[in-house]
Amino acid sequence: MHRSLSEKLWSIAVWAVVVFFIVNLLAMIGSVVVNSFGTRWFNTWLPAGFTPQWYTMAWDEFHLPDILVVTAEVVGAVVVLSGLIGVPTAYAMARRNFPGKQVVMLLFLLPLLVPPITYGIPMATVLYQAHLAGTIWGVILANLVPTVPFVILIMIPFVEQIDPRVEAAARVFGAGMGRLFTQILVPLLTPGILAALLLVLVRTIAMFELTFLTAGPTSQTLVVALYYAVFAAGVRPGQSIDAMAVVYMVTTLVWLLIALRFVNPTQIVTRAKQ
Amino acid sequence: MSLRRRLRERGLDAVTLLVLPGVVFVLALFIYPFLYGLVLSFTPKEGGWLANYQKFFSDPFLYDTIYLTLQIAVPVTLLNTVLSVPVALRVRLLKRQRLLTTILVIPITLGTVMVAEGLLTYLGPRGWLNRFLLEVGIADSPVRLIHNYWGVMLSLVINGFPFTFLLTLSYVSGIDPSLEQAGAMLGARARQRFFRILLPLLAPGLAITLALSFVQAFTVFPSAVLLGAPAGPTRVISIVAYQAAFEQYDYSLASAIAMLMAGVQVIIIVALLGARTLVFRGPASTGKG
Repeated sequence: MHRSLSEKLWSIAVWAVVVFFIVNLLAMIGSVVVNSFGTRWFNTWLPAGFTPQWYTMAWDEFHLPDILVVTAEVVGAVVVLSGLIGVPTAYAMARRNFPGKQVVMLLFLLPLLVPPITYGIPMATVLYQAHLAGTIWGVILANLVPTVPFVILIMIPFVEQIDPRVEAAARVFGAGMGRLFTQILVPLLTPGILAALLLVLVRTIAMFELTFLTAGPTSQTLVVALYYAVFAAGVRPGQSIDAMAVVYMVTTLVWLLIALRFVNPTQIVTRAKQ
Repeated sequence: MSLRRRLRERGLDAVTLLVLPGVVFVLALFIYPFLYGLVLSFTPKEGGWLANYQKFFSDPFLYDTIYLTLQIAVPVTLLNTVLSVPVALRVRLLKRQRLLTTILVIPITLGTVMVAEGLLTYLGPRGWLNRFLLEVGIADSPVRLIHNYWGVMLSLVINGFPFTFLLTLSYVSGIDPSLEQAGAMLGARARQRFFRILLPLLAPGLAITLALSFVQAFTVFPSAVLLGAPAGPTRVISIVAYQAAFEQYDYSLASAIAMLMAGVQVIIIVALLGARTLVFRGPASTGKG
């Protein structure tokens, strides 16, 4: 195809937008990392010196060990529970046509379409009345609201790929529901389950709104603690907040890198079938 | 025929019952709270059943938030989408998109709180951006980009552009390239190919992209507090909903604001999807998406 000058200019302009965006993004991340190691930083490109002291300070002052334990507990419970609820539901949705299936499908789509802060406020109200909000269980339940439907929608196409005759054969040889799941379906679905649960993990670490609305002082995850630290900026040196931000970034990005070995980046937003 | 068999013929058997945990969970923690909130919003602390809504629409401090939020959400949604389409059309031609999509998924993964903290450091008076502007001579004094409207706007671009782009990319990749090649063969120029072939095919996906990114921008919360001026120009609707619930402990009013928030979102989404069916009819959509 012959390309005219205007088409070339257009192409350059489009790439310029992309490069401009990425440069600013990396500079934003870079300035947090540099600041977190910096001593004094005034009118220069780089701080006067480098020190790891802000990390020890953040570690103690923000109670990072406690927060990391709570984060791991919440994320672990959310991953396990959304798998346990979501996978069987996805199996039934993929294998059976029943009256009202479309309504049920809509039911699973809604929590993914409605933004968390909208339904989070009434949900937090209900959880406070049930005396669950403020505890780690309230945070776990709140985080499950978007992740259970997420697992269901990701897993349906994976189940559909499995030949039903495999299951029929297993039943002929006398496998019950339990054995069918543990010995046939779960091994065959492992790639899908892994992808879905890793995405749930990354999303839950970064889920601010629902955790923020339901967490008490002892049930804060890392991202909520970071919010409070930034909110109360001025109380502590900015570098120690950035040190905490780096801890948060490393936690999320490590899991993102692991997740990206199994899923395509576009899946993180589209949650579409592969 | 036994009951069990008749049920099975309609698709109801033991396997179907496995949907129950998922359904019960969503009903209990999503549908029930939403309905509860709706009822609660009509049972105010004092006054008649509409008192919360009357209060909202008679207090400029409250009803202005709808306007303030739209003032942030509408431009940023349009900007992100308008930027996403040409970029996605380019990137679709790349064989190795993986590195680019991986970099762009980073801000989505980091989330709004982290981006707010990052921008506070980066855009601040002593940050690298102002350093650059001063050194190059574009500005004489540091440009104020945080704790105002622009800070929130930029955070919504950093978080929102990758989201709209990746969504658009998935729709664009679903368009059969041979359609565009046929257009080119018949002599259509790039601009004509875009407006006559690609845009109509992309319209359904674009309407969904616009709807989803609008809804995200409309419910902006952490960056409006941390990076904006939460008492002034970025006093968005989610801030007043949060304050009603967790600072004044008026859950009834908070629920009413949450319902209004949902209402505005529904209106915009219905309008967008309605516009799509009005403008583009016929089997123009492709299977994917």
